[in-house]
Amino acid sequence: MRKVTLLAAVVAVAAIVLAYVLTVPEVVPASALPAYTPNIENGRTMFDIGGCASCHATPAKEPDQVDRTRLGGGLALPSPFGTFYVPNISPDPADGIGKWSEANFVTALAKGTSPGNKHLFPAFPYTSYQRMGLSDVRDLFAYIKTLPPVSGRARAHELKFPFNIRRLVGAWKLLFLHGARFTPDASKSAQWNRGAYLVNGPGHCAECHSPRNFLGAIIDGQRFAGGPSPDGKGFVPNITPAGLQHWSSDDVAWSEKDIASYLADGMNPAGDYAGGAMAEVIRNTALLSDADRAAIAAYIASLPPRQGPKPPPKKN
Amino acid sequence: MFRTVVVTAMAFAVSAAIAQQDPIAARKALMKANGDQAKIGAAMMKGEAPFDMAAVHKIFATFQEAATKAPALFPDDSKTGGKTAADPKIWQNKDDFNARLAKLGADAKAADASVTDLASFKAAFGGIGKNDCGSCHEKYRVKKS
Repeated sequence: MRKVTLLAAVVAVAAIVLAYVLTVPEVVPASALPAYTPNIENGRTMFDIGGCASCHATPAKEPDQVDRTRLGGGLALPSPFGTFYVPNISPDPADGIGKWSEANFVTALAKGTSPGNKHLFPAFPYTSYQRMGLSDVRDLFAYIKTLPPVSGRARAHELKFPFNIRRLVGAWKLLFLHGARFTPDASKSAQWNRGAYLVNGPGHCAECHSPRNFLGAIIDGQRFAGGPSPDGKGFVPNITPAGLQHWSSDDVAWSEKDIASYLADGMNPAGDYAGGAMAEVIRNTALLSDADRAAIAAYIASLPPRQGPKPPPKKN
Repeated sequence: MFRTVVVTAMAFAVSAAIAQQDPIAARKALMKANGDQAKIGAAMMKGEAPFDMAAVHKIFATFQEAATKAPALFPDDSKTGGKTAADPKIWQNKDDFNARLAKLGADAKAADASVTDLASFKAAFGGIGKNDCGSCHEKYRVKKS
């Protein structure tokens, strides 16, 4: 065999082995979890701001008929990569997460890895949940375990090749998952930090309110600047001051109070009520404390103004 | 007095004629009026405007007017054009759509009778906003894009 061909073959094998090694799914071992008594009430708060029910609850005919406590999955999430079917995360031992250990749950949210050591698709927004504090995640797990078990698995995802290859998500994670928990900014107030944590961690607001690149990752420099809705239906607004200070055709400015009260009841400064996907978000944020909504509003109002993609012109 | 009657009758006739010719504009005007009143209600709720029973009655009267007039403003030939935000689902679920408008009217009427102070206003107005305005918009208004 010619030396060049042999060298090329060795390099190719080495590259494949390297790629394989670099994309091994990361796991949080049980040994990394100190002894802890979970706070179920805080778990419920995390569940509400995390929006878990909005994706994982068994769908109903009308959005306001959904039982938030029955997390049987099944909702279809269309995307540019195909359709995801949201899994059952009720405490059912056969079809849900009833057999999961605490470490399994922490691993899923912090690393995007399943108990079977497979990469989870980032349609599950662990890109945001990774920022959550360890005790908050453990509280959330404890709360979910109090909910009723629901039997029945969701159907398998229908994804286009090569996006259906889970191992490739490992490469995606190398590029786009930084793996860091939230660290407070000491120069900012406690309220601001609480808002920054809720918005960037469990609230995962940027996952809808940011534009994405062709690989489906958020474009960091335009975080919160709006973009096409990830499910392909419509356009999600810019919630940096570039958007909120010049809002709608009447060029209205949202105050911090406007943001907080919008998250409570869905009414915007035009006296109009949230429709579409945001109505579902408000169902969750309406359950938070006034203090948490005020914190979220304070953080959102403090975002640096950023221009995002232009929404398409209105039809008719 | 007579002139007032004539002019009022003419105004009704004209607006009815406009509604016949341009139901999209007419229904947008009703919804805009609702929004303008809702803003006033929100200001009272947030303590940014003084609580005022006359304003309260006007809010709920406006909601009732929209609830009464709107069902006739969605004829089959008004599905597109005029920057309408009406979702095609309206015409696929006309009964449900009309029932929601009727509920808005009933809730506004009940609220008008029951509100006596800021606390009762907050409860009634907030309920209508979420259960009537918000839930109908969620299903039957096209997402703004």
